[in-house]
Amino acid sequence: MPADSAPLPLQEQFSRGLDAPICLTWELTYACNLACVHCLSSSGRRDPNELTPAEARGIVDDMVDMKVFYVNVGGGEPMLRPDFFDLVSYAVDRRVGVKFSTNGTRLTADRARQLAALDYLDVQISIDGATAATNDVVRGEGSFAAARTAMDNLAAADFGPFKISVVVTRQNVEELDALAAIADSYGAQLRLTRLRPSGRAVDTWDALHPTAAQQRTLYHWLIERPGVLTGDSFFHLSALGEPLDGLNLCGAGRVVCLIDPIGDVYACPFVIDRQFLAGNVRDEGGFPSVWRDSALFTSLREPQSAGACASCGSFDACRGGCMAAKFFTGLPLDGPDPECVLGHGEAALAALDTRPQSELGHSKVGRDGTPIPVPTPVRVSFRSPARA
Amino acid sequence: MSVTQARPARVAFAVEQAWQLNPQVALRDESFGALAYHYGNRRLVFLKSRLLVELVSSLGEYPSAATAIAAVVPEGQHDAYRRALARLAASEVIDAR
Repeated sequence: MPADSAPLPLQEQFSRGLDAPICLTWELTYACNLACVHCLSSSGRRDPNELTPAEARGIVDDMVDMKVFYVNVGGGEPMLRPDFFDLVSYAVDRRVGVKFSTNGTRLTADRARQLAALDYLDVQISIDGATAATNDVVRGEGSFAAARTAMDNLAAADFGPFKISVVVTRQNVEELDALAAIADSYGAQLRLTRLRPSGRAVDTWDALHPTAAQQRTLYHWLIERPGVLTGDSFFHLSALGEPLDGLNLCGAGRVVCLIDPIGDVYACPFVIDRQFLAGNVRDEGGFPSVWRDSALFTSLREPQSAGACASCGSFDACRGGCMAAKFFTGLPLDGPDPECVLGHGEAALAALDTRPQSELGHSKVGRDGTPIPVPTPVRVSFRSPARA
Repeated sequence: MSVTQARPARVAFAVEQAWQLNPQVALRDESFGALAYHYGNRRLVFLKSRLLVELVSSLGEYPSAATAIAAVVPEGQHDAYRRALARLAASEVIDAR
């Protein structure tokens, strides 16, 4: 036995769950000034039940106790939370690193300097295309320009290598080289993630998800560029050949989870649905108890059936793909991923006539209660930091 | 998540030299060994046995990596643990002191 190998392969160890998450996402608010058509959390309106500043600091304390090294902070737009900077400082002061995702609309020159002064803080700015034309269709008019201004501000503040985060779509997959060039121009890291049919993307996934041919292009593009980050999100592509860098497994409830703005704990950021709700941080025992003992997470850590994928020679490579992608397209969780690179998902999808609709969501509505069309244009009105 | 396995050695690992757990690295015990997180380069590295965790944690108490291995690791596994330390040096989990 080699010195650094465990009795069980690491992948197997992880599938049985760890004492604390490796990849913990914490969405600070459902409030958002954008209305991206693929928002995985259907964000827009702040929820009146969102965690108070004291409760939020208590969660950081739990992370310290559990030795969570870093937390992925998102939303909504996290910078809209009034205590955003206090909370981030509270976390990094306690050596809980913060990797936060923002649309950049509130990232003024002053804010950029504030962020640059913090240790253990990473920033990723979201764009979904290399041009305003491609990006703004998804994220709203003006959102590309706002994101580029935020990047300029970070560069001017000497923040260092921030990240540019892109959800790969049918429309922007042709712009990968151009996106890499934008990142290079800032000395930034490019991060690509997979579009899931979650949140508002339940309605837009059909039009936005890459084609089978584009998935093959993407796979080879990623294999040639190991420096591009992926958040492990394209492991379903590993069935195309040599595995992509990363753990190549669904970590939901095992090494991954989501704490949402009202303290609900879900198995992963892409399954905001009652079926994947493990508990709430306000429950007795708090987050540590939900992570360790909830019935949902316990069941996810048990051996899972490969189901219809059991006889497929590629199962060890893709492990059946993404649970969220299956759930929100109406496919069985023990069957193929809707974007299975061998085409098994397309066949399964063709046989379906309905899709689940989540009743959860915080999309903005008009005074008459009807949904406001998305995406909505972004009004970039930088307020002065003194009043913000 | 951004998970990076230790890359092949880019910096020379000298077993006669004195080493220590990098002060920028935090360890979290797990049943298989430990997770090591480097707050500087933001890399997560897996220490895949309890013995490796013990060795890495005690490196700072010995005059050299070789003496630490001799004291902590059973005869017959020394080469394997020397290679493991070389990989951890490359990913900056341990550093020369």
